Amino acid sequence: MSEALTEARPAAPPDAATPIIELRGVSKRFSRQLDFAAKLAKRLGVPVREDVVHAVDGVDLSIRKGEVVGLVGESGCGKSTLGRMVAGIMPPTAGSILWRGKDLRSLTGAEAREAKLRTQMIFQDPYASLNPRLKVTEIVGEAPLVHGLVRRSDLGPYVEEQLRRAGLDPSLRRRYPHQFSGGQRQRIGIARALAVKPDFLVCDEAVAALDVSIQAQILNLFMTLRRELDLTYLFISHDLGVVEHLSDRVVIMYLGRVVEEAPAEEVFKHPNHPYTKALLAEVPRIEARKRAFAGIQGEIPSPLNPPSGCHFHPRCPFAMERCRTERPALREIAPGHRSACHLNDGA
Amino acid sequence: MSTTTAPLGAAAPAAPKVETPFRRFVSEFASSRLALFGLVVITLIALVAIFAPWIAPQNPYDLAQLDIMDGRMEPGTVGGAGFTYWLGTDDQGRDMLSGIMYGLRISLSVGAGSAIIACLVGASLGMIAAYAGGRTDSLIMRLVDLQLSFPAILAALMILAFLGKGILNVVIALVIVEWAYYARTVRGSALVERRREYIEAAQCLALPTRRIIFRHLLPNCLPPLIVVATMQVARAIALEATLSFLGLGVPITEPSLGLLIANGYEYMLSGKYWISFYPGIALLITIVSINLVGDQLRDVLNPRLKK
Amino acid sequence: MSAPTLEVRDLRTHFFTRAGVVKAVDGVSFTVERGKVLGLVGESGSGKSVTGFSIIGLVDPPGRIVGGQILFKGKDLATLSEREMRDLRGNRIAMIFQDPMMTLNPVLRIDTQMIETVLAHAKVSREEARQRARDALGQVGIPSPEERLKAYPHQFSGGMRQRVAIAIALLHKPDLIIADEPTTALDVTIQGQILAEAQKLCSNFGTSLIWITHDLSVVAGLADDIAVMYAGKVVEEGPVGQVLDAPLHPYTVGLIGSVPSRNHRGQPLRQIPGMTPSLLNLPSGCAFRSRCPRAEPNCAEPPPMAEYRTAQSARCIHPHLEEAVAA
Repeated sequence: MSEALTEARPAAPPDAATPIIELRGVSKRFSRQLDFAAKLAKRLGVPVREDVVHAVDGVDLSIRKGEVVGLVGESGCGKSTLGRMVAGIMPPTAGSILWRGKDLRSLTGAEAREAKLRTQMIFQDPYASLNPRLKVTEIVGEAPLVHGLVRRSDLGPYVEEQLRRAGLDPSLRRRYPHQFSGGQRQRIGIARALAVKPDFLVCDEAVAALDVSIQAQILNLFMTLRRELDLTYLFISHDLGVVEHLSDRVVIMYLGRVVEEAPAEEVFKHPNHPYTKALLAEVPRIEARKRAFAGIQGEIPSPLNPPSGCHFHPRCPFAMERCRTERPALREIAPGHRSACHLNDGA
Repeated sequence: MSTTTAPLGAAAPAAPKVETPFRRFVSEFASSRLALFGLVVITLIALVAIFAPWIAPQNPYDLAQLDIMDGRMEPGTVGGAGFTYWLGTDDQGRDMLSGIMYGLRISLSVGAGSAIIACLVGASLGMIAAYAGGRTDSLIMRLVDLQLSFPAILAALMILAFLGKGILNVVIALVIVEWAYYARTVRGSALVERRREYIEAAQCLALPTRRIIFRHLLPNCLPPLIVVATMQVARAIALEATLSFLGLGVPITEPSLGLLIANGYEYMLSGKYWISFYPGIALLITIVSINLVGDQLRDVLNPRLKK
Repeated sequence: MSAPTLEVRDLRTHFFTRAGVVKAVDGVSFTVERGKVLGLVGESGSGKSVTGFSIIGLVDPPGRIVGGQILFKGKDLATLSEREMRDLRGNRIAMIFQDPMMTLNPVLRIDTQMIETVLAHAKVSREEARQRARDALGQVGIPSPEERLKAYPHQFSGGMRQRVAIAIALLHKPDLIIADEPTTALDVTIQGQILAEAQKLCSNFGTSLIWITHDLSVVAGLADDIAVMYAGKVVEEGPVGQVLDAPLHPYTVGLIGSVPSRNHRGQPLRQIPGMTPSLLNLPSGCAFRSRCPRAEPNCAEPPPMAEYRTAQSARCIHPHLEEAVAA
């Protein structure tokens, strides 16, 4: 565990007023669309199984201005889907997403566009997130030009400034993405996002595909940008070490549901939910030498067929009868610390 | 197992030339000598076809130039007009070499023309199907399935039986037979590409949908389309030749290679092979060279799709 | 002391591409004793995977081994014919890949594949082979192995597939297993399970293990010794505790420093400036020169590997000799 001696608090304290993004009961269901034959069969009364994946299942989340919220989870937990809903590129199936207090669905025209532009996303795969047929200057400069944020005559210097801010040599702007390394491509993606002047960035595993030494550079860049541009972050990652380092608050998801939410130090020092405890125990740490790995028993269940009640009960060493039937609610167990576990009731 | 990529430093000196995707493509294409050969051959053929009226020794369809006494002469004989019939003459006294040159014009223009029109129609439908999804997608794809379940020749014959003969009708028939391949190909790659993160990024940047489709999606769906288009040109030429051979294609006044082959068919066994043979060779060379180019295009454009 | 299971001496594997010669592995030496785990650590372009492929003889053209010796129980693998290598591969030396589908044939059932592997190197009956397959699946912790044998790879999850791949590697109780980033693509909790299996292997059967990864934390928990690679060469090696607590080479120092848990929360991470040089034209002398905060003119000469402390060596002329770099 890291010793948090002198934490340099970079940004101004988070604004306690209207959260910048608020999710209320947000769910996302993916169902394979039945083809014509299946629909007909269903109408005739034949029991047809519709495969539904509850990628995200009733999530409440608030992110205040200036915060860095780390979203952690393993495969199938829905963190990427949640990130896309927050960024506005995937509509929720249920629940509402409020941007500065206004429901995203109710916004139209210029306001809707503004909401979309102010929230930007940095993607995981540096090789797939840039259009291979466009030059860097076109990639970064397209959106500001289309939305009138900059005049065509000023486009060159504007793009150069964005590239410089992302740590790239501006003279490379006439090159194509394939001529850059993974880390540089991520920087191009960051420049592209910054070019539309966002105040909220969703980073979806933005450093997962990078080498460790490049990772450190990009993470430092994120922190610098946070200070300089007063940005708010939703940092999605499976890497607990990275999340612990960057985040003010950490949210842990399992199979589409939030299981625990607390300030970063709190989660790592006093984890409450059994899944969080197991996750933290399994993360390899560089300080731990020649340890005996154990692993949580069982496999991560398929999101197509999640266990009833509490999703974690088949793998939980403390599972009770109640856990199999009743979904635990996310409840506050300490100031700012919420956990969804029946063990917290009455104990 | 794998070669490392060569990353460029942020402070690296400027590279000598900007390596555009096009330049890289050209150098990769040129690595196959066979394909280059094919490209050279088909370019020559195309040039011959375009400039035929100027370089052909004789206009075989100008009846005034023909002398029926020169009919069925062997390759190499000097004819009455004073020039050599390098590839012999047909039963009407037409110089085979000139006939082939003019025939190439028809074959290539019908083949390429129908391929281009079919490409525009098919690619548009394929993109719409991929982006719209749902019922539109199902409808278009069922039409494609319907189209593809007919053997091409049978379908073309049926359409021509309905429309009648003539070059324009042949083109229409070929377009109807061919569009489905393009639609299916484009839909396939569009379905893959639209899930890619750069499309999501474009959506995140609130770019208008039309811009996303035409500026981001379409250019990245082109590689397989180019390959299919190339192969389809060859296929269209072969199909048209077949139709004309059967007598249902182009009219006698504008014979394509297929019709030339048909004309000489009856003489094959009596020793006057050249009337069918040389147009056949010309057709063969045309189709093979297009296929060589298409094969290399497919190889060059494919690995990049994976990146 | 018996001879080490594997001794690599000055291995060189070069790729002869159109753009030039890529010296992917350029003078790598290390030793793996019986029952020990060596963590081969490096970032992309370091040559760690190519080293693994060279040992097991799976380097495809345009690459080939151009020099050095690979002494497996005394025999030099680099001199063996393909036939002799095939006898060893899957039998005495096995490999586990990052993607288990590189081991598993998607159109064959698991039992077919495993029985085939058994019969390739042992003259036993099919029933006996099946029994061995069942035992191997049980050993890697797959529940109800008898049923699972009849399944196809796509019916397993990612973690299970990797376990099946490990089971296949185990079938002939090899002396050496080379694992190339086997858990990089897996979830943390599944990774824990796989690592536990790997540890049991070494302690129960005396198998030597080379674990190739970029993740220092995994190596910290799993390995006995560590070799750090950069631009085709080993730049530091030694017992894992010693190297991670008191690294010598500036690259190792930088690598350890970049790990978030070694930094104060909220403070900028220590970062190594610049990027890995292109293997097509490495700078002369020390390849890390352009990024090293301690570079001096002497670094233009290729530094030799020197043992600065007992059992710990570094390829550097001015390593961090002060005790334990401050966290």
